[in-house]
Amino acid sequence: MAGHNHDDIDHITGTSTTGHEWDGIKELNTPLPKWWLNLFYACIIWSVGYYVAYPAWPGISSYTKGVLGYSSRADVQVELDALKAQRASAAADLAKADLAAIKADPKMLAVALAQGKAAFGDNCAPCHGIGATGSKGYPNLNDDDWLWGGKLADIYTTLQNGIRSTNNGETRISAMPAFGKDGILKKEEIRTVSNYAVTLAGGKAEAGVDLKAGEKLFAENCASCHGDKGAGNPELGAPNLTDQIWLYGGKIEDVIETVTNSRAGVMPAWNERLDTATIKSLAVYVHSLGGGK
Amino acid sequence: MSIQATSRSMSANEVAWAIAAAALTVLTLFIASKATNPFYAFHMIVFALAGLAAIVALGKRATSGVPAQAAQEINGKPNYNYGPIKFATVASVFWGVAGFLVGLIIALQLAYPALNFDFEYIQFGRLRPLHTSAVIFAFGGNVLLATSFYTVQRTCQARLAGDIAPWFVVLGYNLFIVIAGTGYLFGITQGKEYAEPEWYADLWLTIVWVAYLLVFLVTLWKRKEPHIYVANWFTLAFIVTIAVLHLGNNATIPVSIFSPKSYIVWSGVQDAMFQWWYGHNAVGFFLTAGFLAIMYYFVPKRAERPVYSYRLSIIHFWALIFLYIWAGPHHLHYTALPDWAQTLGMTFSIMLWMPSWGGMINGLMTLSGAWDKLRTDPVLRMMVVSVAFYGMSTFEGPMMSIKAVNSLSHYTDWTVGHVHSGALGWVGFVSFGAIYCLVPWLWNKKIYSMKLVNWHFWIATLGIVVYISAMWVAGIMQGLMWRAYTSLGFLEYSFIETVDAMHPFYVIRALGGAMFVIGSLIMAYNIWMTIASGEAAESADAGKPALAPAE
Repeated sequence: MAGHNHDDIDHITGTSTTGHEWDGIKELNTPLPKWWLNLFYACIIWSVGYYVAYPAWPGISSYTKGVLGYSSRADVQVELDALKAQRASAAADLAKADLAAIKADPKMLAVALAQGKAAFGDNCAPCHGIGATGSKGYPNLNDDDWLWGGKLADIYTTLQNGIRSTNNGETRISAMPAFGKDGILKKEEIRTVSNYAVTLAGGKAEAGVDLKAGEKLFAENCASCHGDKGAGNPELGAPNLTDQIWLYGGKIEDVIETVTNSRAGVMPAWNERLDTATIKSLAVYVHSLGGGK
Repeated sequence: MSIQATSRSMSANEVAWAIAAAALTVLTLFIASKATNPFYAFHMIVFALAGLAAIVALGKRATSGVPAQAAQEINGKPNYNYGPIKFATVASVFWGVAGFLVGLIIALQLAYPALNFDFEYIQFGRLRPLHTSAVIFAFGGNVLLATSFYTVQRTCQARLAGDIAPWFVVLGYNLFIVIAGTGYLFGITQGKEYAEPEWYADLWLTIVWVAYLLVFLVTLWKRKEPHIYVANWFTLAFIVTIAVLHLGNNATIPVSIFSPKSYIVWSGVQDAMFQWWYGHNAVGFFLTAGFLAIMYYFVPKRAERPVYSYRLSIIHFWALIFLYIWAGPHHLHYTALPDWAQTLGMTFSIMLWMPSWGGMINGLMTLSGAWDKLRTDPVLRMMVVSVAFYGMSTFEGPMMSIKAVNSLSHYTDWTVGHVHSGALGWVGFVSFGAIYCLVPWLWNKKIYSMKLVNWHFWIATLGIVVYISAMWVAGIMQGLMWRAYTSLGFLEYSFIETVDAMHPFYVIRALGGAMFVIGSLIMAYNIWMTIASGEAAESADAGKPALAPAE
């Protein structure tokens, strides 16, 4: 152990050491760097200034409020109020006007499209995709193929009440039977009718399938909803089978799965989550995406 | 060393440890038999097996002729206890590689969600705490155990206190890691960030931690130097504060002793406050104070220069530990936390800037007179770059704690970038530097390849830069997109659009992470080759300056 020799000088820096040594390590007596100390003081002074200006120190039942009277809650309220005020007249117009009027008025239309896009991103995009292009089980909203109708009023109703929504009495309901699971058709019959359905949209049937029998099975089991020619019926939510748009896939195996177990996708009813003006905006926005009727 | 080759009966000390191990075995087997959850039962069986293994090891210790009490000194020189340190060093390399790898996997999962494979045990939500705990507590923790046990012995000129206790600390700590990590995969979690382990793992860690504190304190007590070296102040602050934080943030009540589930006694905003008081000081005391202790020993040792300023070390030590503990509320800006608490959290973070930089100055300026060594010694270069990263992230941290900045940065990947400049740059590099020093010193071997150390340095440095740059851009972009309004007063971007916009940066981040992983694999190989087949160093004390004569 080195003694307390304060005259031990480090020759490279010319600074004395503290005279201690631990496992060969010594320490220099370098004073605190001035700039360091000054910045440290400056940070402390700045903090004290902040305490004077803003809410800071707690007491028993309250706290120092600060001379600026700042409150983050009040701040948020001010910002929300400002936003509300900015949107107020447009929102009132949207709430009053009917959908056709909104569509016809350029000013209201601009607001509806902006609000619709924002609301779509937050509420609809998780299922339908950012560009409303959909994915398996979630319809593409850019085309003109509509399960429940593509007029403004149809879209509005779908948004309001949802599809197979469990908490809305007026929700849109269609119930395609699960032909296989419920024992309505035999396995082979399902394969036959599925093949027939695929040919309706111009698809190729598997070799050796009796399409005549498929047509008969279709007429007996499917035509009542999908129509004799499979053109669908938006009143019943029955998809058009003659286009090449398949919500759950158009391969034979996909269609067999649909016919066997049915699908029954769900969309929430938005009338209890969003206000009327927002739903109207959404209807106008979705209608504008390309396929509105 | 004079080892009696003959068998002896167990000492009272060994019997006491064996009884404790037996009690643990019986208790955990009982709990396992009535456990409400199969994974919990599995954990209890792991504890029981660990207890049995401990009993066997204690018996073997006696019969194989290891003296009941090791000599404190041999030929007038301290008889240092390196066994537990060697274990912790190797464990740190193992856990480091594992933890970095899991980090890379979750980075890829964020870029390509399909990599979750719809398999519950490897979902991002389970792997993320596995990554953070593996790198912080498994890798960092073992580095801290190894370096603190090494430093305290060398700077006190005293053998580590206790013969079995240091092994209990190291092995018990790693048992905690195994329980905690497998628990996350099983879905056993408190859901508190960085404090995910459930009550029984916490309880075990508490016992281990108290043993750690006692071993450290008693070793300090036995020191032959009248003064306590600065590295040991930082280690002591780290051990004591982590104990307090751990107890405060894990004050839970188990549903039943047979269930892994517990509920915290704090509620609402108080719970949030406790969580971030804990979370921030896990950074402050685990990842900062503990690693500053490493810097204070390994940098002057490697550079063979005196510490730059004793006065600075005192002032920045006390300022750091006093100020850090108040800064936690900056994690809760613009939340239900009262404004006054947010103010205090922010201002204490600002005041913390210079105390942090005091450590950086002392680390960097210790190189004065030895800067040329940076050209030739990649190990020293690694440690110096780590101190530079420490300086950078301790500037960035206070800046991000300013409410106006935080309103942009909070909840974005900027935070993730900030954390990783500290974690990869500071904690990672100072640890690698210490490991590259320790392994040759402990095993009396020359490092297998300095060239590989150099490769590790450059690949990892580049990886860090790629990582944090990607996160800066991603985070700031994300923050700006979240707050963008159209002229009509509607949000310009939906959340999902901001997620989509992050994708390229997530890919770049994963690339940076992959480089860091490759660096760590190079290190693991180098360390393995050094220990397994490295050339013996010239003298028994190579790499170490001559011992100061004992008083």
